[in-house]
Amino acid sequence: MTEPQRPETHPTDALKAAAGNAATPEGASPPVVPPAVPNVAEPEIVQTRSQWRDVWRQFRSHRGAMVALAIFVFIILFVSVGPLLWSIDPTYVDIRARNSGFSLAHPLGTDQLGRDLLARLMAGGQVSIAVGLTAMAIAIFLGSLVGVVSGYFRRLDAPLMRLTELFLALPLLPLLLLMVTLFREPLSQTFGSAFGIFLLIVSAIGATSWMQSARIVRGEVLGLKEREFILAARSIGTPSHRMIVRHILPNVLSPIMVAATLGIATAIITESALSFLGLGFPPDFPTWGRLLYDAVDQMVLYPQRVIFPGLMISLTVLCVNYIGDGLRDAMDPRIRGR
Amino acid sequence: MKLKTVLMGAAAALAMAPAAMAERGSDGQLNLILWQAPSTMNPYLSGGTKEIIAGSLTLEPLAGYDAQGNIYPRLVTEIPTMENGGIPEDMTSVTWKLRDDIKWSDGSAFTAEDVVFTGEYCMHPEGGCSQLAKFEGVTSIEAIDPQTVKITFAAPRPDPFSAFVGSQSPILQKAQFENCIGSNAPTCTDQNFNPIGTGPFAVTEFLTNDTISLEANGEYRDPAKPAFATVLVKGGGDAAGAARSVLETGEFDYAWNTQLAPDVIEGMEAAGRGKVAAAFGSLVERLHVNLTDPSSSLPEGERSTLEHPHPFLSDPAVRKALSMAIDRELLVEIGYGPAGKPTCNYVPAPEAWASENTECLTQDIEGANALLEEAGWVMNGNGVREKDGVTLSITYQTSVNAVRQDFQALIKQWWSEIGVETELKTIDASVFFGSDAGSPDTLQKFYADIEMYADNFDGTNPAPYLAKHTCSKAPSPANQWQGENTSRFCNEEYDQMVADLEGIVDADERAAMGRKMNDMLTKDNNVIIPIVYRGTASAHSNTLGGVELNAWDSEIWNVADWTRIEE
Amino acid sequence: MLNFTIRRLLLAIPTLLFISLVIFLLLEASPGDPLGDVPLTVPPEVRERMRAALGLGEPWPVRYVLWLKQFFWVEPLYWFDQIFGTAYAADMQRIISFQSRSPVFDVIAQRVPQTLTVVGMSYVVGILIAIPIGILSAYKQYSWFDQIGTFVSMIGFSMPTFFTGVVLIIVFAVNLQWFPSVYDTTHEVTDWDSFLVQARQMVMPVTVLALYNAAQISRFMRSSMLDNLGQDYVRTARAKGLTERKVVLKHVLRNSLIPVVTVIALGLPAVFGGAIITEQVFKVNGLGQLLITAIHGSDIPMVLTLTFIFAILIVVFTLIADILYGVLDPRIRYD
Repeated sequence: MTEPQRPETHPTDALKAAAGNAATPEGASPPVVPPAVPNVAEPEIVQTRSQWRDVWRQFRSHRGAMVALAIFVFIILFVSVGPLLWSIDPTYVDIRARNSGFSLAHPLGTDQLGRDLLARLMAGGQVSIAVGLTAMAIAIFLGSLVGVVSGYFRRLDAPLMRLTELFLALPLLPLLLLMVTLFREPLSQTFGSAFGIFLLIVSAIGATSWMQSARIVRGEVLGLKEREFILAARSIGTPSHRMIVRHILPNVLSPIMVAATLGIATAIITESALSFLGLGFPPDFPTWGRLLYDAVDQMVLYPQRVIFPGLMISLTVLCVNYIGDGLRDAMDPRIRGR
Repeated sequence: MKLKTVLMGAAAALAMAPAAMAERGSDGQLNLILWQAPSTMNPYLSGGTKEIIAGSLTLEPLAGYDAQGNIYPRLVTEIPTMENGGIPEDMTSVTWKLRDDIKWSDGSAFTAEDVVFTGEYCMHPEGGCSQLAKFEGVTSIEAIDPQTVKITFAAPRPDPFSAFVGSQSPILQKAQFENCIGSNAPTCTDQNFNPIGTGPFAVTEFLTNDTISLEANGEYRDPAKPAFATVLVKGGGDAAGAARSVLETGEFDYAWNTQLAPDVIEGMEAAGRGKVAAAFGSLVERLHVNLTDPSSSLPEGERSTLEHPHPFLSDPAVRKALSMAIDRELLVEIGYGPAGKPTCNYVPAPEAWASENTECLTQDIEGANALLEEAGWVMNGNGVREKDGVTLSITYQTSVNAVRQDFQALIKQWWSEIGVETELKTIDASVFFGSDAGSPDTLQKFYADIEMYADNFDGTNPAPYLAKHTCSKAPSPANQWQGENTSRFCNEEYDQMVADLEGIVDADERAAMGRKMNDMLTKDNNVIIPIVYRGTASAHSNTLGGVELNAWDSEIWNVADWTRIEE
Repeated sequence: MLNFTIRRLLLAIPTLLFISLVIFLLLEASPGDPLGDVPLTVPPEVRERMRAALGLGEPWPVRYVLWLKQFFWVEPLYWFDQIFGTAYAADMQRIISFQSRSPVFDVIAQRVPQTLTVVGMSYVVGILIAIPIGILSAYKQYSWFDQIGTFVSMIGFSMPTFFTGVVLIIVFAVNLQWFPSVYDTTHEVTDWDSFLVQARQMVMPVTVLALYNAAQISRFMRSSMLDNLGQDYVRTARAKGLTERKVVLKHVLRNSLIPVVTVIALGLPAVFGGAIITEQVFKVNGLGQLLITAIHGSDIPMVLTLTFIFAILIVVFTLIADILYGVLDPRIRYD
């Protein structure tokens, strides 16, 4: 059984991009004081706004990303507005209608207990997308934080990287079992059972999957820090926090995007493995991963039960990937305006 | 069901008849798949079903149980009775006469010394023997002569057949295990993995939790058996994969414990390579009702203890209504198919002990509603019943298992129809069934209102199984939460009956008393709500002859008789 | 660089000791019972005795120190004895698994070949597929090749192996009967025919895992290539009149491989960790399966030893990656 013990050969610790081969905002022109990077504070607001507008303009010209965005918005609407239009309770057991195929009453059929698959896909999507995005956000935030700090401040590099190694080495399953034992009850009492478990799951997934992005970011920052424009910025006395936010972070976005895209998929799948281990949501809480897992045994008899949840997961991941690609390109000043 | 088992047995016997002429090793290789892989061949060190099954290929007890649950001799000439003098009038001992033609697979003779040694091995205080319960009350095991063993008990035993009966307590060879006694037991890896036995096969290679290779035992007492020259026992994977490898791809001949949804099994059987059969022992899937208050507002150490009765489940009407709302037939149809039967009994077998208790088999939502209404539980605005500010809101926990989760969903719905609100909770099986006193999620701690699991008893004597539900066995901090009375049923009358049962000798009287106790736990009080009488399902290939499933002993108890047949 | 390596190696010792303590405490604290698998028919008193026989009666610091001694002293001595025929470790207790009561290291040694052949092979295949795909789809960004490559690798990544594995079994083992659905771990390769049998039984698990690995590595390869293709030195090289082939394969590829090589190095410990789901679906019974059954059985000595070896590999490969990093990219300085 299962994923949470070291996912199949890791979302590999991508110590991405050595050195500053990454996109840098200075473009092709004079390497020393890059004009695209404002070195003084006054024009900042104006410039930021136009920069984002620029990004959006560039993003719109990326056809794949636009299509992906449209589909993604559609998926979000499907899972959020859908249940209002299709009001069958996803947990309602209609035993007489079990194992039914496509019909008007159940457009996607029903499962072995007669629960409506369409309603379950919508309800499952809410949970899966929420878990995927939140857990990914937590992991990326933690990862970038640890990565930037350890790459930028040499003094903190060793302790933080040893911490990363510790987390990489920890066996995930006992850790999750322990977290659930300790926190399930207090959390569900404070936040209600569903939200409490949601918090537990996203933090569990987030807390155990930030290490990859931390390594990626650190690697990037290590190289970046020796670049001329950083030296230049430092020479005019830019404080560390502004240095990180304005000069370092924008330059490590591209690998972070890759990690984030892969992270959503991993989070959705990990969630299904968690519920399979009894660590996830209560059993009457459908999620895409769980729908897929539960239907694997019945794949031959009722293929639609694996196809639909599988399709939804892949579609979501694909969309996020294309949107990520689009954003990456849009933020790359060398491509922008080309 | 008895009839069916008998018929199945007869059919298997017929199929076997022509093969009886076969000679040893003429049928090639037998491939078994036990998806939960055996970790050792020595059942005294593990106690798990998978190890007992693997061990039974090599090791044998003095006597075993056949598919009908009758005891039959294996290494002895006859089963001791009062008539043949094996059991004295006062029933404080049992004397076994060993066969004189039995040889260990290394060629040495099997004697009473080996039996005495095995008793010492398991009863050693530092050995941590998992079958110690089988030796409870045994004061001495002595070899009267090389062919006679006498087991003496501290008190009269109406049922003396526990030690050395059934595959849980087979005989080990003294010569091999002599240095493995007590705290040395775990260091004897070679012995535990390659035990010398009297059974039909001998181990050639043992890879723990993976693969066991065996070959026919050249010294086996019947020169024509076993028909198979070698056996491969493969572990790993899951139930569906194991069933597929027998029913669809035909790579394996036999798969143990293929517990799958009935329609999935049917789909696989359609390939025509094999089928799934079930044997019924004493396994019952049931709900335990918590009679004490599991509320987390209570201080730790008082939660789920007899100090605080449950706010609403202590009302017998509520418990009865919960039972009435369940449609057991439908649960069986969805979850188990032919491998399950609806039941209202805690003790479903042996036949004499099974109570005529069928009232609960018909679902009665209306009746349940009326009952609750009468007891003063009225619906509030949310469709949940309440009385004196207490609402019928239940936490219902079980282990992670696809069938159990389906049951949870169905039962939750039925309960919602009688105004009971249910929150479902699932727990990883290793935590739920583990008895870690520090974990809040074990079945003994029972920090929930209702929990569901299955349990059975060893052999054919349900008395110890019924004796689990006395006051003193209610789990509490005082016994490190190790009690077996998970419902915390505490009833003086029942405790008295448990004590009385010990003293009854007559078989019919014992059974009558057992039925009364069963009814008390189930239909009279509904502290245990039985749902499904479960069989153990296993898949076997159509080319395998002689398979006769057995729920009372090792499932492959008669593997020596198995043969390869033409389809 | 030598200084740096020595310092890191010295630092690795306390790090690893600390990691082992944390893992041990984690296993101690997490719920679960080595006897969870024992049937409910076994009464509590007997369970108590069984627990005592496993040594669980001792307080945890004693058990931790015992494990440290066994891991760092008894086991090396035992292997020394094995090699040189001495008997220093003759009456010392090796690390014993709770589940099988056999020495943990013997079981690990049994499992390593399976895992290395299946998981290792899939890693190699994954890399061999991923790199060309990554290069091509970056070079021809947004071409149909890139689109299909992205599409397939994203599908490959987002489909869990418990699903793809079963699909392969149903198609190729059940319907077409080309490959076996159960991996035979006792199979030995002695001649051409037995090699073919081995190859046949490896096809499906390797495909599933390779697809998953390739999906990831090709994404990183593509993104790294894209970053490099836009660099000034590429323009310079082209302006110099170098052939396109030389520009891409010599200059761009070499620079883009730097991060990918480190990614690959860091992924290697995971190969040792095995692939839990794939091993289970195809019944490969390698280290992944060993770890998961040990965790389910709360087999603390086994889990602790396995994860600790895993930790050592992680620390070592991180160091290797860091060194590689410094060697390949002279701009990075560690001291």
